Amino acid sequence: MCGIAGLIHRGKSSNVGSELQGMLQALKHRGEDSTGYALYGDTDGKNFIMRFKVGENVGEGSSSVMEDVSVYDERKKIVDQTLDEMGAKVVKEERTLPYSLRYELDYNVKDLLEFSQRIESIPGVEILSMGKSLEVIKDLGNAKMVCDRYSLDKVVGTHAIGHARMATESGVDIKSAHPFWGYPFSDVSVVHNGQLTNYWNNRRVLENKGMRFMSECDSELIAVYIAEKMRDGATLEEGMKASLTGLDGVFTYFVATKDSLGMAKDTMAAKPLVLYESDDLVAMGSEEIAIRSVLPQEIDTYDPFDGEVKVWQI
Amino acid sequence: MANLKTVSKKSKAQSMGMHTEVLTGRTQQKFFNPDEAENFYYFGTYDVDFNKRTDLDVKDMTAPEANKEIDNLMSQGYGTIVIKNPQGKHSLGVGILNKLNLIFEGSLGYFGMGSCDGPIVRINGRVGWSCAENLMAGKVVIEKNAGSCFGAAIRGGDLICKGSVGARTGIDMKGGTIIIGGDAGAFTGFMMQRGRIIILGDVGINLGDSMYDGTIFVGGEIGSYGSDAVDSELTSNDQDWLKRKLKVAEIGENFDVSKMKKIVAGKKLWNYDNLEPTEKKGAI
Repeated sequence: MCGIAGLIHRGKSSNVGSELQGMLQALKHRGEDSTGYALYGDTDGKNFIMRFKVGENVGEGSSSVMEDVSVYDERKKIVDQTLDEMGAKVVKEERTLPYSLRYELDYNVKDLLEFSQRIESIPGVEILSMGKSLEVIKDLGNAKMVCDRYSLDKVVGTHAIGHARMATESGVDIKSAHPFWGYPFSDVSVVHNGQLTNYWNNRRVLENKGMRFMSECDSELIAVYIAEKMRDGATLEEGMKASLTGLDGVFTYFVATKDSLGMAKDTMAAKPLVLYESDDLVAMGSEEIAIRSVLPQEIDTYDPFDGEVKVWQI
Repeated sequence: MANLKTVSKKSKAQSMGMHTEVLTGRTQQKFFNPDEAENFYYFGTYDVDFNKRTDLDVKDMTAPEANKEIDNLMSQGYGTIVIKNPQGKHSLGVGILNKLNLIFEGSLGYFGMGSCDGPIVRINGRVGWSCAENLMAGKVVIEKNAGSCFGAAIRGGDLICKGSVGARTGIDMKGGTIIIGGDAGAFTGFMMQRGRIIILGDVGINLGDSMYDGTIFVGGEIGSYGSDAVDSELTSNDQDWLKRKLKVAEIGENFDVSKMKKIVAGKKLWNYDNLEPTEKKGAI
């Protein structure tokens, strides 16, 4: 089933980590195999923040294979060595869990494609996000469990999107969890509720154009599809509008960039979305109770119609 | 096909290819004899007084707890219940088979007022997906917007949304009336089998797709027609009925109904049109 939620504060920052945790926890009945956050925090914008994993969570319910921590250590060593070779200086390093790391990088590059390809050529290593504001954090369990595990409740920023997943089309693991980074674009992330039926056809076409897929989760296609459109010069909104006909199936999805948040709904309106919009806040989720976790008072909300695309700026 | 007017209920059902096994347990059908007044009521319903009014704050209740408390209040004779702080909770007010004046001071989540038969409900907020699904009788008024599958499979009653509604409004409806003050999404009236839908605003693509029967009235623009949906002539009787319904619904009283479009099923499906409603009820 899955649930998605997102919010964007316009003209101010807020405690988006805590707010999104509340929204996703309200949707936990829609799936708690894994939960993911894409948080756009307040930073000075100088350094890249790279969230990556060197292994999988092999806890209860996981479909991943158990590996020794020494394997993770070895992979991390190779990542450090590769970064050094590329001239990327690690300014700050955090290892929240044995398999999950956060690096702040002093690295001057515009095209992240080559950078990402080199890092991800290391077996078992996947970049979860790369950007100057975006941080993707995803793991097994419900929203509160993931939030507590990574101490996300203190993250302050302008906007965020998240996903509570009930695994149906692919495994219960971090690589199949949402949000997906819009590889190789800095600060682009996607969450999706639904099912795409022309996944393999689109994947073949996009891979032939040099795009990369890390999982077999159909939702990843949206991130790659829009990233490819943007690579060819389309705006975010143009890419999203193209997806209404380019992607087949049922979907409601959110895309976030450094300074914007967008939603798209398929032409059959088969997947739910409730939206609240005011001058200083847009909040949306699969169910109204998600919005109520940040706005408990009586508010005016609505369901966007079929084939609708909307984009908001911070 | 046998002449359905001259055969027994069992034969009618067999002629229509329907099962005739004896129903047992919870599915057992009850027949009421008007001459036996003491038996002429639903099991588990209450004699309530509309002038006896109370508030119920459901802020810290789960939906089952809130619904159980509504039932408890009805058992005490309360005929008017005001629900405070529904806060978008799912499945509130479901399964009420009673006369009741129910007011929600706020919004409901999914499946609000599902499977009800008889209550008069006013929701001073918004409702999520599948509001009033399977409504049998009564009146449900929503002051703001509604989600998708509004009034799915209703059999009777009036379901009114003063704002706009999502996709698949009135999907599979088998009777009753749905009135929308604003716009409606795609697949409105999808597979509807009887009843009427009135939309004062615009409606999305595939209107009335695969409809068996029933009528849809649209005041605004139509995105596209679905399979089997065709225009029909708006008669003076239709206009009179529309005026009456809109007046009762407290919306669009000054709306020019003469310019509304009337959409009906363009195909005669199965033997659906041959049956009188009473015969259909007997057969099913």
